[in-house]
Amino acid sequence: MRFLLDDEQREFARSLDGMLTAADTPGAARAWAAGDTTPGRALWGRLADAGVFALAVPERHDGLGPLPVELAVAFTELGRHAVPGPLVETVAAAAFLDRLDDAAASARLPQIASGKVLVSLCVPEAGSPYALDADTADAVLVVEGDTVRLADTAGPVQPSADPARRLARPLGGAVLAQGPAVTAAAAHACEVAALVTAAQSLGLGRALLERTVEYVKQRTQFGVAIGSFQAVKHRLADTLIALEFAQPLLHSAALALAEGADHAAAEVAAAKVTAGEAAYAAARTALQLHGAVGYTEELDLALWIRKARPLRDAWGTPAACRARVLAS
Amino acid sequence: MDLDFSAAEDAFRAEARAWLTAHVPDTPLPSLETEEGFAAHREWEGTLSADRWSVVSWPEEYGGRGASLLKWLIFEEEYFAAGAPGRVSQNGINLLAPTLFEHGTDEQRARVLPSMASGEVIWAQAWSEPESGSDLASLRSTAERTDGGWLLRGQKTWSSRAAFADRAFGLFRSDPGAAKPHQGLTYLMFPLDADGVTVRPIGRLDGKPAFAELFLDDVFVPDEDVIGAPGQGWRVAMSTAGNERGLTLRSPGRFTAAAERLTRLWRETADPSDTALRDRVADAVIGARAYRLFSYGGVSRVAAGGSIGAESSLNKVFWSELDIALHETALDLLGPYGELSDGAADAPAHGGWAEGHTFSLAGPVYAGTNEIQRDIIAERLLGLPKGRR
Repeated sequence: MRFLLDDEQREFARSLDGMLTAADTPGAARAWAAGDTTPGRALWGRLADAGVFALAVPERHDGLGPLPVELAVAFTELGRHAVPGPLVETVAAAAFLDRLDDAAASARLPQIASGKVLVSLCVPEAGSPYALDADTADAVLVVEGDTVRLADTAGPVQPSADPARRLARPLGGAVLAQGPAVTAAAAHACEVAALVTAAQSLGLGRALLERTVEYVKQRTQFGVAIGSFQAVKHRLADTLIALEFAQPLLHSAALALAEGADHAAAEVAAAKVTAGEAAYAAARTALQLHGAVGYTEELDLALWIRKARPLRDAWGTPAACRARVLAS
Repeated sequence: MDLDFSAAEDAFRAEARAWLTAHVPDTPLPSLETEEGFAAHREWEGTLSADRWSVVSWPEEYGGRGASLLKWLIFEEEYFAAGAPGRVSQNGINLLAPTLFEHGTDEQRARVLPSMASGEVIWAQAWSEPESGSDLASLRSTAERTDGGWLLRGQKTWSSRAAFADRAFGLFRSDPGAAKPHQGLTYLMFPLDADGVTVRPIGRLDGKPAFAELFLDDVFVPDEDVIGAPGQGWRVAMSTAGNERGLTLRSPGRFTAAAERLTRLWRETADPSDTALRDRVADAVIGARAYRLFSYGGVSRVAAGGSIGAESSLNKVFWSELDIALHETALDLLGPYGELSDGAADAPAHGGWAEGHTFSLAGPVYAGTNEIQRDIIAERLLGLPKGRR
């Protein structure tokens, strides 16, 4: 029993963090929100070079995985830097295609691994009728019941509370596959999506906490740093506690998924609700402790604050996750 | 990264489970906060000790099994899952023993530890004073040098288990002229039946004498009962205070077992349409799981050569709030039966939920209030500036 990330996993996180810090990720997120996906796609290519998407793709399809623990590590960093795009959906689509059949997989998985294609995935039964970034993705998969189709068109984009998330209801399209294998593959893909969304939430929460801690050390009122006030300290302590106890749930869920354990669904659900709630609470705290400037669009903090609630509810609302925890 | 146990750890778990199955009483013992219950629990400590299950992580020479921290966690999981009695010896085992292992002499260890392990001598903690709770360093009880030892004077309060315990350990001001409140304190052990000691039991919320006040009037303590160097009591006490807040006071097995019982209660009694209550059950289950996994992470860090420092404050806030949530949710599931105290004939689960709830309410207060823990988290883990409390 060694329930700690190993040196290689930690180094992987550090290198992604360094790359995303250097890459002006907030700028890419703002451009993405404004409809210019060029910087985001460039970032996507660099993430692919770092091996992020290959982690979701098995070796026989030119990938490195599937490696859920490493995916959780990577997506924590993607969340920390608020990277835009259908990241979760692409990784979940890879899991779906891998389980579906070899013909569908071998046609697309190598391209996902190499970062050449962005895929969106929509499973209305898992919660949302909208596909993320369907207008930008190179392919949009829609699973309804036991049928999956490759959408013809994205449908009109509808703005999300997080402008970097572009939502649409994909229309039309040819049936790609049908039958119980589709249902089973979609269930697995939804678990992968929930896991990496939880990881993104955790990273998002950590970024919000880090930025807020820095801010309260500098911002003074009544002649002292506001970070010396007990009311401020306690709120940040609670933020840290929530994040620290979400992390082992995330890593345990990733291990359960890697092993294909029976309890994986309950573990993923537990991680999803806990990380999602922790990140949303971190966003509330960040806004409150930044004061009025936290309530503005111009501060980059807004990129994280506005993502917290949609991530909390995507791929498994808290209520759905809690029900799932007790279903096992 | 893995959560797999070794064959030796699995075997240890199986051995513990088999022993507990054979020995745990079918009917819960009376509350250990009563005279009758205290005696029954002392006897249980003896049963545990006879087969070397009372202090599994201690060296064999003192009655332990030299078990790793991970094996200790495994034992605790089995212990609580088996519904075994609360540990009347825990103040000594969790607080005094680690201090003796770190700062005591060989003579002290040989004299104190075996009778602690067997339950022959039950220890009470005597740290708090009427004006010194969270600000412990402001304590005023004194230890004055005398021939061959020390004379203790003053008053200690909120001393857990002291109503029925045999001996106590605590901090005393031995140098009233020291420049700072943390200096000039000495850590001493003393008998509760000595001349000059008056024990006044204090009823806790439910009326049971779970703690006591101690009035000390020229109580003689020989030199061999000083732990560490005279005047160094603060350092001695603080080096092991983290034990109390951290892993050893509240092992995860306690909460995973309670979460299991809560889930069963919910399945048996709940209205399926009450999703608000369902969500609270789920949160308690998730909280217990999170605490268990967080502890495994801590044990892994220690095994890899790290240590648990200020992180123990994260544990303390988390488990104390989790404990209350678990019990409040259970009482809500019990509806009108939730009101029955643990002495009531109709009380469900022999009153375990009722007494557990009363006990849980003290969690955010004892072992360093949660306000103090949050200050520690903010200052030592987040690096925020010190300020007025």
